[in-house]
Amino acid sequence: MTRMLNMVQAIRDALDVKLAEDNRVLVLGEDVGVNGGVFRATDGLQDKYGPERVIDTPLAESGIIGSSIGLALNGFRPVAEIQFLAFIFPGLEQVFAHAARMRYRTRGRFTAPLVIRAPYGAGIRGPELHSESLESLFAHTPGLRVVAPSNPYDAKGMLISAMEVDDPVIFLEPTRLYRAGTRDVPEGSYRVSLEKAERLTEGRDVSLFAWGAMVPVALRAAEQLEKEQGLSAEVIDLRSLMPLDKETILSSVEKTGRAVIVHEAHQTAGLGAEIAALLADEAVWCLRAPIKRVAGFDVPVPPFSVEDAYLPTTERVLAGLKEVVMAE
Amino acid sequence: MLAENELLQHPGFTSAAELTALPALRVVQPDGQANEELLSRVSDEELIAMYQQMLRVRLFDRKCIALQRQGKMGTYAPFEGQEAAQVASAVCLANKDWMFPTYRDHAAAMTRGLPMQTVYRYWMGQMDGFSVPDELNILPPCVPIATHLLHGVGAAWAARLRDEDTVSFCYFGDGATSEGDFHEALNFAGVFHLPVVFFCQNNGFAISVPFARQSASPTIAKRASAYGMDGIRVDGNDAVAVYLACQTAIHKARNGGGPTLIEAVTQRFGAHTTADDPTRYRDQAAMNEEWRRERDAVQRLRLLLTSKGLWDDNREEQWIAKVGNELVNAWEEAVAKPFSEPIEMFDHVYSKMPAHLEEQKKLLAGGGLA
Repeated sequence: MTRMLNMVQAIRDALDVKLAEDNRVLVLGEDVGVNGGVFRATDGLQDKYGPERVIDTPLAESGIIGSSIGLALNGFRPVAEIQFLAFIFPGLEQVFAHAARMRYRTRGRFTAPLVIRAPYGAGIRGPELHSESLESLFAHTPGLRVVAPSNPYDAKGMLISAMEVDDPVIFLEPTRLYRAGTRDVPEGSYRVSLEKAERLTEGRDVSLFAWGAMVPVALRAAEQLEKEQGLSAEVIDLRSLMPLDKETILSSVEKTGRAVIVHEAHQTAGLGAEIAALLADEAVWCLRAPIKRVAGFDVPVPPFSVEDAYLPTTERVLAGLKEVVMAE
Repeated sequence: MLAENELLQHPGFTSAAELTALPALRVVQPDGQANEELLSRVSDEELIAMYQQMLRVRLFDRKCIALQRQGKMGTYAPFEGQEAAQVASAVCLANKDWMFPTYRDHAAAMTRGLPMQTVYRYWMGQMDGFSVPDELNILPPCVPIATHLLHGVGAAWAARLRDEDTVSFCYFGDGATSEGDFHEALNFAGVFHLPVVFFCQNNGFAISVPFARQSASPTIAKRASAYGMDGIRVDGNDAVAVYLACQTAIHKARNGGGPTLIEAVTQRFGAHTTADDPTRYRDQAAMNEEWRRERDAVQRLRLLLTSKGLWDDNREEQWIAKVGNELVNAWEEAVAKPFSEPIEMFDHVYSKMPAHLEEQKKLLAGGGLA
């Protein structure tokens, strides 16, 4: 049985499934209980599972994450919601110094299998600090898994996997895609890998890597390239940002010889640089053109009236694709 | 007064009742009756000016909600219900003093002189909405919670190091008192004996979470003693009480008396923001009726002024008409002014633009294409 769900509904469904089947799972955060989350990702869950399992916490991100670490240490599977990704800043010490290192510094004796869910990204006319893309901070920190689904099916399956894996997971939810469309989502439990990219279109001429809210942008640009130049781009939704699915990335570029990486995070020291370095390290002899990054500019995400110009657009991605396919 | 629990079913309402039942400085009762001895510390002119400003910002707030509903502004954080707390505190500050507001404190910022047009532009997502006139030491609204309290501490520290008598005045809400930075700020201010006033508007809710779920202690003011500073609990819907508490704390800070924590107990009548639906977590209809009748700060001050012969329907009408014109004119100016150009996002990132940003700026100027 499947149902048509949007991403918020799929995320809620994943939480519902795991709350029902695993009594170690707890959901906690700001406004996740009575209010059902500011995006309604936890809608109705407190009514269903009670305030001991779906918990409105005081307004304190370090408190939410730090106490989730303690809950995880002592046998629970907390899923902490950070209301918007940039609100995590007060909790970063807990993420970097503790969640990421618990297994390592106790030589495997203790672990911190918690999930930190957070809406992220621009394009929703949000106020200041509601639109950041910080995935590279987390991918840079050993011990954390980082994933960013781009559709309802992956969101549910990956969130279930995240609640089951024995590592801390940063689960990034592209706010712009929360209600962007529905997809058939199976009822009950199913899993999507936390380590595999997904090839969305098969292409011969260039590999186009994207994740989160940039996936639909990449798909549109690929379509446009096909229309305008008759060239085909292989669009790959990375989904898992740490670890990266090296095999899929390399095998695609070995075929196409060209690569464009799209991300809405700032360009400098973003994950695009890591992917480009991977290609330089392991696929340089296959490359027929320089690697191109199309990314957010190296400025703070600006106020919403101009945020669209900050983000990679279909046009910018298409221009990047053309630059790469025309180089020889 | 009605027994609160007759009307208020939700746990959040109970906590509000608990809050108002605790002792707090109050000068003017909801029916406008005043403690004459305390009231005599405030001049008639000051009372009228505060009332006029409270009414002005309330009308502004309502206009902003309407503009947001019409799609002319972005998500907006209304403050209706908190006018006394914001206005009566802000009028106590001198121009050289430092003000650290949150995203709900534009009534305070406007009282200090932030142009109405700037506030409109901020909520329109325009870059110049963040610009504060040179003569005012007001920071743009702080979106992160409680982080700016430490900036208030640092600014006050600088003033003390230079032997200046300026004061830092920090606005924040009840939710902010749960953050670690709240503790760090109050502790630093206590240890270094700094001229800071920590002004907490306890409006009973952090978005949906009632104060009873924010803190197991029914009062915030009490925490002051743990940091070696004075704490004052004040009826935040009583402009006169807020005014006297703030005046006292600011005067003390300015004269080397150190920091104060003020808890102004108030209510947010409306939603957290225009993206919030308060009916999901509280009985908004009951609130609208009960809170507006019992706790409306604007109405309370008006009753006082009327009883003293300082205000009447005629003056009210004239003032509303005057403010109405201002609201419209400022809005027309705000939309007539050119909107932010995307290229402006590259300004003010660094003191001098590094080469890679120059390149990106050129890229965007050329249509954003490679």
